[in-house]
Amino acid sequence: MKFSEKWLREWVNPELDTAALVEKLTNAGLEVDAVEPVAGDFNGVRVGQVKSVEPHPDADKLRLTRVDVGDAELLEIVCGASNVREGLKVPVAVVGAVLPGDFKIKKAKLRGVPSFGMLCSSKELGLTESADGLMELAEEAPVGEDFRVYLGLDDVSIDIDLTPNRSDCLGVAGVAREVGVLTSTDLCQVNCDEVKASSDKTFPVKVTATAACPRYLGRVIENVNPQAETPVWMQEKLRRSGLRSLGPVVDVTNYVMLELGQPMHAFDLDKLNNGISVRLSQDGDKLTLLDGQEIEIKPDTLLIADEKGPLALAGIMGGEQSGVTETTHNLFLEAAFFSPDAIAGKARAYGLHTDSSHRFERGVDPALAQQAMQRATALLLDIVGGEAGPVTEVLSDKDLPSTASIHLREDRIKRVLGISLEAAEVSEQLSRLGLDLTRVEDGWQVTVPSFRFDLAIEVDLIEELGRLYGYDRLPETRPQGTVLTSNITERLTQLERLQNLLVDRGYFEAVTYSFVEPKLQSLLAEDDLAPIKLANPISADLSVMRTSLWPGLVQALVYNANRQHERVRLFEVGRVFKGDLDNIEQERRIGGLIYGDQDVEQWSEKAREVDFFDAKADVEALLDVTGGDIRFQAEMHPALHPGQTARIYKNGEAIGWLGALHPKLQKPLDVNGRVYLFELSLPAVLLAQIPEFTALSKYPAIRRDLALVVDEAVTAGQIEDCLSAIDSDILKSFQLFDVYTGDGVELGKKSLAMAFHLQHGERTLKDDEVDALIKTVTDTLEQAVGATIRS
Amino acid sequence: MAELSSQLQALEEITATARQAVAEAQDNRALDDVRVEYLGKKGKITAYLKQLGNVSVEDRPVIGKSVNLAKQEVTGLVEQRGKALAEAAMQAALKAETVDVTLPGRNSEVGGLHPVTRTLQRIERYFRNIGFDVAEGPEIEDSHHNFTALNIPETHPARAMHDTFYFDADKLLRTHTSPVQIRVMEENQPPLRLIAPGRVYRCDSDLTHTPMFHQVEGLMVDENISFTDLKGVLSDFLQAFFEKPLKVRFRPSYFPFTEPSAEADIECVICGGEGCRVCSHTGWIEILGCGMVHPNVFEHVNIDSEKYLGFAFGLGVERMAMLRYGVNDLRLFFDNDLRFLSQFK
Repeated sequence: MKFSEKWLREWVNPELDTAALVEKLTNAGLEVDAVEPVAGDFNGVRVGQVKSVEPHPDADKLRLTRVDVGDAELLEIVCGASNVREGLKVPVAVVGAVLPGDFKIKKAKLRGVPSFGMLCSSKELGLTESADGLMELAEEAPVGEDFRVYLGLDDVSIDIDLTPNRSDCLGVAGVAREVGVLTSTDLCQVNCDEVKASSDKTFPVKVTATAACPRYLGRVIENVNPQAETPVWMQEKLRRSGLRSLGPVVDVTNYVMLELGQPMHAFDLDKLNNGISVRLSQDGDKLTLLDGQEIEIKPDTLLIADEKGPLALAGIMGGEQSGVTETTHNLFLEAAFFSPDAIAGKARAYGLHTDSSHRFERGVDPALAQQAMQRATALLLDIVGGEAGPVTEVLSDKDLPSTASIHLREDRIKRVLGISLEAAEVSEQLSRLGLDLTRVEDGWQVTVPSFRFDLAIEVDLIEELGRLYGYDRLPETRPQGTVLTSNITERLTQLERLQNLLVDRGYFEAVTYSFVEPKLQSLLAEDDLAPIKLANPISADLSVMRTSLWPGLVQALVYNANRQHERVRLFEVGRVFKGDLDNIEQERRIGGLIYGDQDVEQWSEKAREVDFFDAKADVEALLDVTGGDIRFQAEMHPALHPGQTARIYKNGEAIGWLGALHPKLQKPLDVNGRVYLFELSLPAVLLAQIPEFTALSKYPAIRRDLALVVDEAVTAGQIEDCLSAIDSDILKSFQLFDVYTGDGVELGKKSLAMAFHLQHGERTLKDDEVDALIKTVTDTLEQAVGATIRS
Repeated sequence: MAELSSQLQALEEITATARQAVAEAQDNRALDDVRVEYLGKKGKITAYLKQLGNVSVEDRPVIGKSVNLAKQEVTGLVEQRGKALAEAAMQAALKAETVDVTLPGRNSEVGGLHPVTRTLQRIERYFRNIGFDVAEGPEIEDSHHNFTALNIPETHPARAMHDTFYFDADKLLRTHTSPVQIRVMEENQPPLRLIAPGRVYRCDSDLTHTPMFHQVEGLMVDENISFTDLKGVLSDFLQAFFEKPLKVRFRPSYFPFTEPSAEADIECVICGGEGCRVCSHTGWIEILGCGMVHPNVFEHVNIDSEKYLGFAFGLGVERMAMLRYGVNDLRLFFDNDLRFLSQFK
């Protein structure tokens, strides 16, 4: 809501300067977004009249003018504007004037002809963003008067960012009412008296959609002057509120809307056929709007129609055909109350948002239409003349919003706000808001006026009390309440632990968008199931929900690689989205990638490009935080290198993938060099076990090393599985410490060196039991994977 | 007598050569040779002891004493020299092993958390300390949880203001973290204290908007929670977050799911309230929205609004991070440029 401060002060004029007024409004919840001067910073400009125009001897486009600025002598001014003409009244910057941008007007010679000032456009005076020629002033503009005084330009436009509940302030009168309450200032009376009919002409109105339109006021005004001009004062008020002048009739309806908050519409009576019908849309309804757009009307749209069809989208926008033009002689004026439920969302459905729909969908005072009709009639008769008929009203009382009667309890005020308010203060504040209070035993019974329909329940009144008391005056306290036990379980590790682990291993955390480019996603996806699609994506490259963290991470890699980063390690934690809309999985995952050298470039070691086992080490470290039965199994993933891909299992359940980006994807993804990717289900990784203590053995441990020769196809995992299956109370652990092929090992075989750590909990080991165990080990491995002992 | 004195003199000469030999020994081996030469079984000084038998009985104590003294002296000198040689060897070895300590260590580089995570962790830590739990909710929401249950009915203008990403008529990307309030209250009765951090989405992208950003929702419900408590908790949180005494201002505002509603502004942390570009020359920065839980919201989740009261708040994490760390462009948070990320360690 943007309006001129001067206009507001016509309604209420507290003894506060602009800054203090603005602060009051902001602190009362009417947040002031901007305060801007209504004109540029200039002086020395006067109202002038062009007395003569002659051609310039040396320039086709320049004219020599003689201008009356109220002095004894006419000023000779050279002007280049095409609309300069004899008799025109214009703003004139005289010699010594300073225009916006510190532009000083001096006596000058233009193509050899002296010029004593400048005729101005509205742009040159900072009134508008653009201008087409000189600013043309009204005929009655007083020659010689200071232009700032003439237009009252020492004014500001105040723009309030109103919250949707305060549509009562979508008019200057409403803001004035609020300022009156905030500053205890009485409102000035602005004349909205009844304008008596001077003809008996009416136009029939039938309302069938009474729930959507409980009140419809109409009035005929005949014989208006279509050539009349909107007075400057009105044009200026409109301009300062951000509206253009569109002709006197439309200007008046807009003016009344800005002033009182009641949107109105004027029809060209001669284009209406046999009465107005306010009805809901029917199949086949079509309308060409004022903006020239032809629309098919959707079901359940409230229309103003006549016998031939729709005339206007009620409360949103009028139609082109029935609108007022420069040839309109007879008007039908509408002021109605359309219920918010009937209008809300409708404008948006047609891609529209108008000053009228903005107000009706938030709510207009249902009692305002009569006052607005009178105000508009009076203004119209002043400006365009004509004879007004009587106001006709179609009213459905039962459909009007009922006035709320609210029980307000003293005790509840204290509980919500945290402080007690004096009973006298409560009744004074609420009365000033225009509410009607009756004292009852535990508080008050409060009746709300029609213009504050946002006040519906007790707590709404308490908010008003808090607001008027001043939020800043309320003390700050510490909550008193139940001490709660926090949900801290050792069975879940904190995510922070995992994030820190990766950070300590050199990773940076990325945050990428949850929606990605469909093509990129399909290249990196685990399966070819369709991703969940946004109906209204912000752009095609952010149009499907990610099914993996990899698309975002790979994009971040490419972004950085293109900026000369040769070593990149990134991880991300976030949700991925799978399934269909009836059954959406939104699993949290932790994923990462490494690229470039394993070590930061440095002086002491040879550089080495990352490989599978560097990435695996990071994944193993992540998994080791919470433990469990972890397996890496060679499996196929469409985006990964078929020979360097592991699916990861925890306690038998597949929880993620690790592998090298498939070389065939490097080019389409714009990646140079090997990339290793991993992704794990976060809940699975966070799932921890509670440690169980086993007693420490006092007896010596011994180590036996074995070199086992197996087929190259036998995996370390297979051997580990066999060994884990051996039931022994002395085999504490084993580890693989060398893998060898080459001299001394048969072709197609490999030698695995393994260490076995043996210990008994209650006694020293005997040689024969050690030998027996080693035999079990070798027998088992021989049987399972054909292992032989290397001699 | 001449015999005695000449013998003593000879001993002195041997001792003198021994002294010199010890002093000249350059390593352990040479020193050992010297020791054997003079003090060994066949050593020159040892030999003197052996020939004591040939000395007259009256001279014997004198010479014996002198020989023992010589032996002790040379033994001591050998020991000393040994230590000196060992010390010198150690020094030489240390010198040889000296490194340039200013060269960098191997693989010392650590990465960093994203500034949003870093900020979230600080916010979480504060609220955990005052007894709040951390709750999570889905990011693809239904319109009931995102709007209706929060007292934003189908036709409410606030729905249009949310610039929602839709999947169909019902499913959408949550536009705020407030639906987590609803999900928690559907499952639990008060007392409740929780925060819900996470990603939220709005169909908007320009210099100051990204289609995805982060919020933290907070909720406290108990029998006696009032607006002054809300002021106390949030004011204290803001001071704690920025680690300085800041002016905090509460202004009336409107959210469909709270009543009374407020917006909290802090004194501009960039200019200290003097007025600058960041605060649009107002001296204040809008930092969060908050209010008392609306009775209609309680009704949607079957909590008795006569018995219980609560406050809720929501704050933008990127905004907090920008103010805390002086980041001047929101979009940097999602470019994942390592030059940006590596500034947060």
